[in-house]
Amino acid sequence: MLEIKDLHVKIEDKDILKGINLTVHAGELHAIMGRNGSGKSTLANVIAGQESYEITSGDILYNGTSIIAESPEKRALAGIFMSFQYPVIIPGVNNTYFLKAALNAIRKHQGKTELDAVEFLKLIRKKLAVVEMDEKYLHRAVNDGFSGGEKKKNEILQMLTLEPALAILDETDSGLDIDALKIVAAGVNNYRRDDRAIVIITHYQRILKYLEADYVHVLINGKIAKSGGENLAEQLEEKGYSWLDN
Amino acid sequence: MKTQNKTIEKVTSQDYQYGFVTDIEQDTIPPGLNEDVIRLISNKKDEPDWLINWRLKAYNNWLKMNEPDWAKVDYPEIDYQSMSYYSAPKDKSDGPKSLDEVDPELVKTYEKLGIPLEEQKMLAGVAVDAIFDSVSVATTFKEDLKKAGVIFCPFSEAVQDHPDLVKKYLGSVVPYTDNYFAALNSAVFSDGSFIYIPKGVRCPMELSTYFRINAMNTGQFERTLIVADEGSHVSYLEGCTAPMRDENQLHAAVVELVAHKDAEIKYSTVQNWYPGNPETGKGGVYNFVTKRGICAGSNSKISWTQVETGSAITWKYPSCILKGDGSVGEFYSVAVANNFQQADTGTKMIHSGKNTRSTIISKGISAGKGQNTYRGQVKIMKNAENARNYSQCDSILIGDQCSAHTFPYIDVRNPSAQMEHEASTSTIGEDQLFYCNQRGISTEDAVSLIVNGFCKEVFRELPMEFAVEAQKLMEVTLEGSVG
Repeated sequence: MLEIKDLHVKIEDKDILKGINLTVHAGELHAIMGRNGSGKSTLANVIAGQESYEITSGDILYNGTSIIAESPEKRALAGIFMSFQYPVIIPGVNNTYFLKAALNAIRKHQGKTELDAVEFLKLIRKKLAVVEMDEKYLHRAVNDGFSGGEKKKNEILQMLTLEPALAILDETDSGLDIDALKIVAAGVNNYRRDDRAIVIITHYQRILKYLEADYVHVLINGKIAKSGGENLAEQLEEKGYSWLDN
Repeated sequence: MKTQNKTIEKVTSQDYQYGFVTDIEQDTIPPGLNEDVIRLISNKKDEPDWLINWRLKAYNNWLKMNEPDWAKVDYPEIDYQSMSYYSAPKDKSDGPKSLDEVDPELVKTYEKLGIPLEEQKMLAGVAVDAIFDSVSVATTFKEDLKKAGVIFCPFSEAVQDHPDLVKKYLGSVVPYTDNYFAALNSAVFSDGSFIYIPKGVRCPMELSTYFRINAMNTGQFERTLIVADEGSHVSYLEGCTAPMRDENQLHAAVVELVAHKDAEIKYSTVQNWYPGNPETGKGGVYNFVTKRGICAGSNSKISWTQVETGSAITWKYPSCILKGDGSVGEFYSVAVANNFQQADTGTKMIHSGKNTRSTIISKGISAGKGQNTYRGQVKIMKNAENARNYSQCDSILIGDQCSAHTFPYIDVRNPSAQMEHEASTSTIGEDQLFYCNQRGISTEDAVSLIVNGFCKEVFRELPMEFAVEAQKLMEVTLEGSVG
């Protein structure tokens, strides 16, 4: 589904990614771990199409086609979703309106009929239950006045509603208390299917206790220093990132 | 940033959709202004002596005044002698009795603007007093209003049919000595609307007027007077757009509102005049308007709502004089300055009665090279015990070439006053656009989503059908302004 080939990325003349290779198949869950500044979030943003980064060489293929020249919107419509590390506040725009606009844009792209207000409400109520969010949330402005945990749950709710094929979760577990962490993990498990792929970017092993990762990659200084199975995350927890420093 | 600029360029490059000229013969006075021209205007309307004299006094007063220069707007000097001060569609004397008799060209114009009068006539209760240039040519729903005792007619007709009312209230809120443009208007006003709601009557429908400028070098000097007698209620809507034109067009209207005891007047404006060439800033309407209402009686209320998306220059401060005890003044405004537009707008709330309250919600949107200024004054007089004001002035910037300014003046002379002022400035951030894009929402839709969210508190004050129109207008106005 996702194939990253020798990807080099810089921002304002600073090299961030220095040759990333990664292949993600449908049904798989990959965890990418690493210290602050190792390039994890850059990788997520580059896949989503954030334009302040410059790809100097390499390629990103999605279902066999290069997407690096595509706009973020086109990538989203094609089924790539990113859960933001810092979800953005949009004052005055309520969640229902925002999410319905997004869902209908995607449905329209897929040639499906757009949902009306009643159909959407029926759908969203089911999704709200998964992330244990109150219906009051629907009338609040997008991420406005949300606690850290609410913001992250909101990202998961959006993922569950939009049903993308590829979900990139950028530090969705950061700053969550244990209850919220469990809810987010349950949301991810609810989303998981054989025809969908997930890439989780995280500092910590703790969320992986609730999810079954097929692969764990450790990113150090813009390169994948080591890949392995779930036990790699456990080893990291024990020994720290310095274990892999040269 | 790059993307955002691109989008901004795109939005800013949007052409004015309503740029066209209707081909109708005009009955126009040659350019220039002097006492004879004023007498001519007055004669054409067969006005009584007192009104001619009033106009002349206003004119002589105007000659002694200076054009105001304190507003944060910049424009070349206006040559008042190069303008024509009167223009009317021909055949006014045997004017149309119904829409069917209206010049088909004119009806077509309205249809192009998306205002099919005939449909509106059928649609639930909106009476339309259409102003085409200077003379009202179509008035509908008159009969229904007559039954309720409501007077809703062209100003010139009110002068003939209801001279006592006009004489009593004309200039009572905005005297001709008030300011330069109000004086000019008083001297040369052509037509406008007159509304009188009798005691205890709730006007059975929304009243609306569409203004339109459609004559070369013709200033527009509308005069509107609304009087709500004790315990009455009226909601008035005004909307307008102008054809594309290369020369600047001056528009100096005066609106006066009088609310007696327990009466309520709601005045809503959607203004979309030609803003000038998007690339050069050339052309476009100068909108120098004086709007003021007086809450004369106790517990009366005046509410201004405006959505200002057009004009090259806007100079406009719809205000309330809260004289009656317990009276309420409100001002809800959305002002857009895109491309080369300049807007200096706001309100004045003058509290002189006891327990008076006012609310100001101002939303300024700047895009392109637009310059948007909020200028507001809240004045609490010595005897205004327990007056309260809440002001909120928010600005949003789209792109990095525009600007927003806020000038709140507060003058409190009674210690029991409670004043609250909030202000914020934000930008449509690249991060917001990326967030929307990442969810599959196009940049254009994202801008409209964010701007409409920003304006929500004002839009919800508009009557239902206008709220939808205003949102649409906002989309069209800002189309392509972000990348």
